[in-house]
Amino acid sequence: MISLKPLAGALALAFLTVLAGGAGLSLAVEALRGGTEGFAAFDGYLWRIARFTLLQALLSTLLSVGFAIPLARALYTHPDFPGRAMILRLFALPLALPALVAVLGVTSIYGRNGLLAALFNWLGLETIPNIYGLTGILIAHVFFNLPLATRLLLSSMDSIPEDYWKLTSQLGMGEWARFRLIEWPVILRNISGIAGLIFMLCITSFTVVLTLGGGPRATTLEVAIYQSLHFDFDIARAVSLTLVQLCLTIAVLSILSLSGRPTEEGFSLRTTTRRFDQPTLRTCLLNAATIILGLFFVALPIAGTVVSGLAADLGRLLGEWIVWRAILTSIVLGASAAALALAISLALVVAREYLASRRGYASPKLFERAVDRGASLIIVIPPIVIGSGWFILSRHFVDPFSLAPFMVVGVNAAMAVPFAFRILRPTWDTAASRHNRLCAQLGIAGWNRLRLIDWPVLKRPLSVAFAFAMALSLGDLGTIALFGNNSIQTLPYLLLQRMGSYRTQDAAGLALILGVLCLLLMIAADRGAGTLAKREVANIG
Amino acid sequence: MAKRARTKDGAAIRLDAVDFDYADMSMHFDLTIEPSTVTAIIGPSGAGKSTLLNLIAGFETAKSGRILIGGTDITRAAPSQRPVSMVFQDNNLFAHLDVTTNVGLGRKPNLGLDEIDKAAVAEAIDKVGLSGKERRKPEALSGGERQRVAIARALVRNQPVLLLDEAFASLGPALRHEMLDLVGALQEETGMTVVMVTHYPGDALRLQSLLVFLDNGEVVASGPAADLLSTRAPTLLRKYLGAEDSAL
Repeated sequence: MISLKPLAGALALAFLTVLAGGAGLSLAVEALRGGTEGFAAFDGYLWRIARFTLLQALLSTLLSVGFAIPLARALYTHPDFPGRAMILRLFALPLALPALVAVLGVTSIYGRNGLLAALFNWLGLETIPNIYGLTGILIAHVFFNLPLATRLLLSSMDSIPEDYWKLTSQLGMGEWARFRLIEWPVILRNISGIAGLIFMLCITSFTVVLTLGGGPRATTLEVAIYQSLHFDFDIARAVSLTLVQLCLTIAVLSILSLSGRPTEEGFSLRTTTRRFDQPTLRTCLLNAATIILGLFFVALPIAGTVVSGLAADLGRLLGEWIVWRAILTSIVLGASAAALALAISLALVVAREYLASRRGYASPKLFERAVDRGASLIIVIPPIVIGSGWFILSRHFVDPFSLAPFMVVGVNAAMAVPFAFRILRPTWDTAASRHNRLCAQLGIAGWNRLRLIDWPVLKRPLSVAFAFAMALSLGDLGTIALFGNNSIQTLPYLLLQRMGSYRTQDAAGLALILGVLCLLLMIAADRGAGTLAKREVANIG
Repeated sequence: MAKRARTKDGAAIRLDAVDFDYADMSMHFDLTIEPSTVTAIIGPSGAGKSTLLNLIAGFETAKSGRILIGGTDITRAAPSQRPVSMVFQDNNLFAHLDVTTNVGLGRKPNLGLDEIDKAAVAEAIDKVGLSGKERRKPEALSGGERQRVAIARALVRNQPVLLLDEAFASLGPALRHEMLDLVGALQEETGMTVVMVTHYPGDALRLQSLLVFLDNGEVVASGPAADLLSTRAPTLLRKYLGAEDSAL
């Protein structure tokens, strides 16, 4: 009997290839068609932007990882620190917040009218903090990536066997020796992967730079692509910027693939290994100060988002038809993107497992490798590049703005595929390894297998992946910023418009609504994943 | 040869010059198992014990040769088309389904059970001593109870051959003996042919079964367990058992 699984995988792969490849092809054709005009765009401006892109990513990474090491160590050393579990949950929040919402939170603390400015004023200082430019970009990036790096480092340190701590305690090893001989090797093993991941996130950062960049002096390649298309309509420049961005991304990913992956963080909070040593009072105080500082750095902007949002006239905002239309548009597009992401991911996961189980002990063939790696295609080609490629290509045939819903759904779905793939694959692979022989023997196949065996196992990871993908899509500004117009506006797009027209109060209110929506979806995903992890432990039939 | 009672319900198993390649190891099986007998397969790790069972069950495909059950060539048949039920060491049950449903799937893969099917399921559950636990899910059962559910499902499938792939290896000695006795009693009752892979030669003696000793992908010795496990055991088997331990 011919299986439809490889066909489904091939279709999913074809969708991703057409989406990413079509954009790439369009840019290549445009570059060739432009002739010397295209080459002329590789000017000093472009290289300045490329340099700034690398600089801000490098500094953001150094700051995030640099502060994450003492913070993770402090949290690891004190498993009983008051509110530790709550702090770790709080550290997961920036990941759930749309960048635009976080930017408003950061501004409410470090901006001209923020908490810091009020503090300076109260102290009688004349310094007015300037959030726009490199400083703002770095603060926002560290706000996002310090908690991520801390959680990843903590997770890797949790892998240190308890016996090591028994041994260090028995041998009476001092704090420096413990750090040098036990903790540092583990940190070192993971640090390159974590730093690479953060560098990659910062190099492709769009919303933060767009809102806090503050002009040509602080613009990254992604933002420059958007500006050249949206404001200047300079195709040659957009193409040259995109090509440089693509080269940078591929180079970073190649280096990243050599440096190894950080330890998987997982969804649920782990318990830290029991320590048998007694830290000195000085260490305890230093660690407490580090944890409190880290907590304030992350918690203040989140609190700022809530306070500013609540201060806005939410009643009036929710009475506006345009706001409701934006909310509904966001939900419809987000749900569609999530459904598409799930369909693509599931097709890839199922096809990969089918091909792997069929080949037995032989090496994987090209198609299996392609199906396996296909999910990560979007990481190589950033969404803004895909959006730009299709924007440039489609203008030859239709009004690009009329494609807004399809592009938002398509690109956001592709953006969520790597995450959905990672959520679905372990469950599917485990279930398949447990059930394949049994089903083959009992003759359970087709609809019966889907109804009785696969669906009950898959429904939870599917809902987790759906919630995650929808939250990701709800908060995205990249594609809608390119294709958005008066007839198609999502919540982030409307928020950007209100920010652009200096209606800060409205923007804060919209940010709160968007943040709550994304947070609810992320909580649903997190809860689901927690139950999933527990069920995995109990799943020993 | 066989010490146990034989009935017409069992089926002979014949592996006729079966070749199989596993990674860089080649296996060759020539073996006949009489109907309605209990046969224990023993041998060192990697000898090909589980592969032999997987070839009979259809989870591995022979490179050449023929596999016959009850005189019918099933070499190329799909696992569900073979007159075989197999119980594995673990993962025998669908974790999200209760005992009745897990057993019922052995009767009809679409779970469209009529009254006769339901009665057969209830009877099988009763036979393996799990009455009263029909609605429990695998996580609420002990290791031994889970294997009982798998045996109940094998019973409702009503196949002439039962394969046990280290099915009781993870159980404690008392529970393992209990399960072996259950298998022995069911075999007596139904007359099915039982082939089991085990690491414990004592299991073969307990079931008064035949013994097949595999080494390096080949049958080295076969015969009644009591004879093979005596001091007259071939050298390789004595080495496997530990010379001084050969009398068990």
